[in-house]
Amino acid sequence: MSIGSLLILLVSSILVNNFVLSRFLGICPFLGVSKQVETAMGMGMAVTFVMTLASIITYFIQIFILDALGLAYLQTIAFILVIAALVQFIEMVIQKMSPTLYQALGIYLPLITTNCAVLGVTLLNIQYNYNLIETIVNAVGAAIGFSLAIVLFAGIREKLEISDIPKPFQGFPIALITASLMSIAFLGFTGLV
Amino acid sequence: MDISAIMIPVISLGGMGLIFGGILAYASQKFAIEVDPRITAISEILPGANCGGCGFPGCSGLASAIVEGSAPVNACPVGGPEIAKKIAEIMGVEAEESVRKVARVICNGDAQNCKEKFEYFGIQDCKAAAMVAGGSKSCAYGCLGLGTCVNVCQFDAIEITDGKIARIIPENCTACGKCIEVCPKQVIHFVPYEQDVVVDCNNEEKGKAVKEKCNVGCIGCQLCVKACPFDAMEFSNNLAKINYEKCTNCMLCAEKCPTKAIYANFEKRKKAEIISENCIGCTICSKQCPVNAIEGELKQVHKVLEDKCIGCGVCAEKCPKKTIKMV
Repeated sequence: MSIGSLLILLVSSILVNNFVLSRFLGICPFLGVSKQVETAMGMGMAVTFVMTLASIITYFIQIFILDALGLAYLQTIAFILVIAALVQFIEMVIQKMSPTLYQALGIYLPLITTNCAVLGVTLLNIQYNYNLIETIVNAVGAAIGFSLAIVLFAGIREKLEISDIPKPFQGFPIALITASLMSIAFLGFTGLV
Repeated sequence: MDISAIMIPVISLGGMGLIFGGILAYASQKFAIEVDPRITAISEILPGANCGGCGFPGCSGLASAIVEGSAPVNACPVGGPEIAKKIAEIMGVEAEESVRKVARVICNGDAQNCKEKFEYFGIQDCKAAAMVAGGSKSCAYGCLGLGTCVNVCQFDAIEITDGKIARIIPENCTACGKCIEVCPKQVIHFVPYEQDVVVDCNNEEKGKAVKEKCNVGCIGCQLCVKACPFDAMEFSNNLAKINYEKCTNCMLCAEKCPTKAIYANFEKRKKAEIISENCIGCTICSKQCPVNAIEGELKQVHKVLEDKCIGCGVCAEKCPKKTIKMV
């Protein structure tokens, strides 16, 4: 596995197969916590953190438990278990070790417990038969892609707040339209890799 | 059917759950953060609206600040003395009586009283309007009346009058301070709830300039300063201001003000009344009265001249027999 192909994998997971805008995973936080750029950044950071760790741990769970015992069909429930426990654990550790980081991440950390993007990236890593390094690169790329999408979206929504929008479109309707337009824009990256 | 087909997944998944549970249980012990039980108790008492009126991030923020000692027990303006008392009990201190305050729009320059510089057709929001040459009002200190404060008020305490000016309903106001924060003209101030006399003008320009713009502005004539028997009228920057701690709501200033820039609720004006049975004729009250509204000889029952009495309450306060009632 060369550096070049890892780089391609990274770019493809950030832009081409962007988790939010191409795979449509993690839409809930994408719409829910994208009202301000600052909170969107916080969410992005938290997701990056959890996605990377979850991918590494689920990789080992898959190889040493599920594959070894021939229990591949338990993949989904096992991974959910891992992610939920992991998020709880990380929350406790961060609260103790770094109260500042804990406050910065705030409510977004527990929110990730049920984030389908995290489950999605762990499942896809196994599906594509990635090795450990590829798994990490893909997870980091997916998380950066998620952060990129949510921060850009939050930036647009901040501008939308002060724009003159027709009444029926105010609030969520215009946000959904914006999201779909962003998705179309990201479609332009198809064929890049 | 092989029993292991069921047992293996059950054991492995159950085992994983058990291990994770064990790790989390251990972690919660190992990484436990000790929370002061008083913080939880105070958070439960606070209103929980998270309005931010206290200046701390939400009710839980105030709760920890109170326990730390960086905020007084009566810091919650919404809860008022009742909640302050409960918090004081938890903290083991006496709650100081806090004077209830309400926000007030310090401007009377509605459409009839204050001239417009130009017609404004932009975004119907004070912040936006204030960016266009300081708003359409000729007076740079006046309320623009586009209702930015109405939108932030969580308690339905602000309305826009027909004269396009914001008015705060004191009964609904919780003194959370949101409107004061958002007003681009800084025209909203805190005023004690019991205060019945207020200078309703912020204009610091010279009298002539004020008069050209607004019928009800403070022109800096200082008649109120001279009229006030209690030195409660402060005058600076061509503007009169009442020192609410000294003011006795006697409303003399409002009577004297030539432009009616001082608001006074004359209906709530009280009159002193001497209960004749208890009066010993010490003459203290008649000496203290700033308007000579009490007459009577030494050792004789005194009488209040109702048409002269301004209801300042000084006599009632000074009477050694506590026989003067304000009604």
